[in-house]
Amino acid sequence: MATVSANPAIVAHATEHDHHEPQSFWRKYIFSEDHKTIAKQYLISGILWSIIGISLSVMFRLQLGFPNLKLGFLRPVLGSWINETDKLDPDFYLALVTMHGTIMVFFVLTAGLSGTFSNFLIPLQVGARDMASGFLNMLSYWFFFIASVVMFSSMFIETGPAAGGWVIYPPLSALPQAHKGSELGMTLWLISMALFIVSQLLGGINYITTVINLRTRGMSFSKLPLTIWAFLLTAILGLISFPVLLSAALLLIFDRSFGTSFYLSEIYIKGEALPNVGGSPILFQHLFWFLGHPEVYIVILPALGMTSEIIATNARKPIFGYRAMIASMMGIAFLAFIVWAHHMFVTGMNPFLGSIFMFLTLIIAVPSAVKAFNYITTLWRGNIRFTPAMLFSIGLVSFFISGGITGLILGNSALDIQLHDTYFVVAHFHLVMGAASAFGLLAGVYHWFPKMFGRMLDEKLGYVHFWLTFIGIYLVFFPMHYVGIAGFPRRYYAFTSYDFTKNIFADMNAFISLAAIFTFAAQWVFIYNFVNSLIRGKRATQNPWKSNTLEWTTPIIPGHGNWVGEIPAVYRWPYDYSKPGAKDDFIPQNVPYSQTPESNLPHENELISLESEIEAQNLNDQFKQPH
Amino acid sequence: MVYIVALLAVVFLGLAAMVVSKMAAVVKNAGGPKEEGQIGLSNKINGALFVVFFVVGLIGAVWSFMYARQFFLPEASSPHGRRTDNLFWISMAMITAAFVLTNALLFIFAWMYQHKEGYKAAYYPENHKLELIWTIVPAVIMAVMVFTGWRAWRDIMAEAPANAQVFEIVGKQFNWIARYPGVDNNKLGSFNYKLIDNNNETGIDYTDEASFDDFVSTSELHIPANKPVLLKIRARDVLHSVFIPHLRVKMDAVPGMPTRFWFIADKTTDEMRNITGNPDFTYEIACTEVCGQGHFSMRIRLVVEDEATWEAWCKQQKPLLTSTPELATRIPASLKAKAAKYLPADATAAPADSSTASVPQQGGVSVATTTLR
Repeated sequence: MATVSANPAIVAHATEHDHHEPQSFWRKYIFSEDHKTIAKQYLISGILWSIIGISLSVMFRLQLGFPNLKLGFLRPVLGSWINETDKLDPDFYLALVTMHGTIMVFFVLTAGLSGTFSNFLIPLQVGARDMASGFLNMLSYWFFFIASVVMFSSMFIETGPAAGGWVIYPPLSALPQAHKGSELGMTLWLISMALFIVSQLLGGINYITTVINLRTRGMSFSKLPLTIWAFLLTAILGLISFPVLLSAALLLIFDRSFGTSFYLSEIYIKGEALPNVGGSPILFQHLFWFLGHPEVYIVILPALGMTSEIIATNARKPIFGYRAMIASMMGIAFLAFIVWAHHMFVTGMNPFLGSIFMFLTLIIAVPSAVKAFNYITTLWRGNIRFTPAMLFSIGLVSFFISGGITGLILGNSALDIQLHDTYFVVAHFHLVMGAASAFGLLAGVYHWFPKMFGRMLDEKLGYVHFWLTFIGIYLVFFPMHYVGIAGFPRRYYAFTSYDFTKNIFADMNAFISLAAIFTFAAQWVFIYNFVNSLIRGKRATQNPWKSNTLEWTTPIIPGHGNWVGEIPAVYRWPYDYSKPGAKDDFIPQNVPYSQTPESNLPHENELISLESEIEAQNLNDQFKQPH
Repeated sequence: MVYIVALLAVVFLGLAAMVVSKMAAVVKNAGGPKEEGQIGLSNKINGALFVVFFVVGLIGAVWSFMYARQFFLPEASSPHGRRTDNLFWISMAMITAAFVLTNALLFIFAWMYQHKEGYKAAYYPENHKLELIWTIVPAVIMAVMVFTGWRAWRDIMAEAPANAQVFEIVGKQFNWIARYPGVDNNKLGSFNYKLIDNNNETGIDYTDEASFDDFVSTSELHIPANKPVLLKIRARDVLHSVFIPHLRVKMDAVPGMPTRFWFIADKTTDEMRNITGNPDFTYEIACTEVCGQGHFSMRIRLVVEDEATWEAWCKQQKPLLTSTPELATRIPASLKAKAAKYLPADATAAPADSSTASVPQQGGVSVATTTLR
């Protein structure tokens, strides 16, 4: 891995601690139990997956934007999926759409985002030596790795990967005779996802345990950075909802392989009436979306958490409404579980149930709106430093708003009748969860790269990357709303079969495709910057962003156990930026109030007496436990 | 139109190019020695670009909307569709206001409060009044939207009126099959998926006498205008979804779970030809639930005609039993006489003998059918 060659320094630091015997190369870099290494493993896997996932979307955008284009030049990559007339195979078109969705949602924005930053930041920001269980953490990555291998290999089998959409609704996904993608490809998809879920659960248990049990002295929940709050709530969401997807997948495996009828009933296909009766395809949809909806918050919450941190740091201002932010994240996390059926308004589900879910769905807009307003107010009267991370965070807020507001339309069941499964939906969720979370991921990489690798990413390239991507994404998804309002259904191989789609928007679709290719091309600026800075980047200082959180009190490249000597105690919240009276415009969390009499607020002076208590607290230092 | 989009593309590409060139200039300038952590020119450029982006983006958004509008579907041809269209555009107006306002604040604040040397940001961690306001205002707006939407949803999803004309539409890979309630009794007969074969694609159960005059079509669905129509929807193999864009109708077709959607089409196909100025206009039914290779081409035409024309058309159609007399073998002996008038004279005699043998096994199925119904 790239991290190996980049960081001989890690070796040096790790050996400084003689707590543990020097580890072999395999234990240190491959089967590592160190949360920082595991985070980097997740990051690199996530980047590789995102290149694959976005490439797939470029391929099907070529088909949609330029239906007459000869795609023979893709034959070296796609082989016989390009047919004799140099056209993309319609079955493979669906496979591309399906794999794009699966990869981006699960492998990039769940594993790549939350896997990277939960692992990296939780111990560093709560003040812990490592995760509660390094071993489970290692297992979590390697389950994810095996899941990745299985999913990746499914793209190379003769019948192609799963192709029923990333939601894999049965009966299409349950009947191999219904579709090429429902043969071996679907089996591999299910195996891969089962392994992926195991990985997520192992990771989630670890994140929750670490946040609850391993906070350093003085790090009460009311002093936790918002990132940690977001990771904690994300892990809880995942822990509750992923098992439901596992059961949905298991029942589907039974239906596919063992002749059960959980989702199948009264089916006549390929000249044969199947014996299955009594099952319900709707049952699968309920189970799937019971995960599927929380999943979108699993994807966006970590991004919002990191954004809160980055915006406050770079606006040099406390995050506005810290408690309101926590409350709205809790509200979102709770409501996430009771809105799933808004994906199912027109599935034949009882319309009364539809009414209930419409009410619940639109409630979730309130905490989301509060978050957006709080971000904007944090900028107000700030002293903003546009680091690349800050740019991506502002971009995230813009996407979160622009994509979020159309949710008010789609969450309205009466309006959803016409818009369901059109490009309006595609535009909505790509902005609000796809692009917004991807920007969260990128913002996180730009912000914490110095802590991860001890070097700085190039700022100028970061600016170019941001502006090209920000403009590109709006150019892709803004016009897509128009295509949706005109009624274009999603997952169509071509729009030539219907009069209402035949002769219109060909230019718009071509434009969207060009914008998508443009945006994809812009990502190579980042890849170049990432690789180049790993090797040649400017050396980082200990606290390059003048930030308050604990990770910046560690050595420039933290070694095993993160802090040399004692873990610092925490006395204040993480957002003391530009405090009146203070000599600097930031006061890190580990600075006691007794040292800052000039800037203390009246109630904070009272807290000085508690400092000795905090220092005397029993320290959850794993290095001090007998082992 | 191509030119406008091209022009738009040029504008945005121009913007992108401008960014790149400015960045390049900055990169060049950045060569000189600079104090660690100093915030320089690039901060100003990034701040200004947010405002440029907002202004150009807003112009682009308005422009592209004006351009795209001509391709939006014409006014709905159903009363419920016009109601949801109105709601959609009202909601759209509200969210557009929110969209412009919040993005404006975001970008303008970013520009206004960019780093200034010697300036210190305000220490402003909370304001309960402000937070309360922007919790309550969206909540109230949301409540209004939900309430109006819910009333529309309730009315659209209500039971169909008793006088609704019933049709059945069956999805299969990869076409729709329309079944009409018949030339005489206007009642759909029962069905059973186990009876499906090449002659009987929808699995019509001929032990039910209401089935005898039912007829099917895979190319067209004719419905009367200005009369409630109840579509009974089902699927034979995998999920499909009935989508009639101009009528604002959408409902999944689910194997094993019949669904329904009722509506009134109040513009005939001919009227729509006049309105749209397109002499070839035709209503279409599409599939919007991914169903396999042919998902994108499950088209069936929908013909809306005034009631008298529709009735006359129905009378001319041949029941499936007439066009496929082999199916007569499935009719139980007790009902043979009633079915006779739909069967060609010569066809009745021959299969009648063989039918006795097949009755018991068909009987077994019909029991299952009635319970399934």
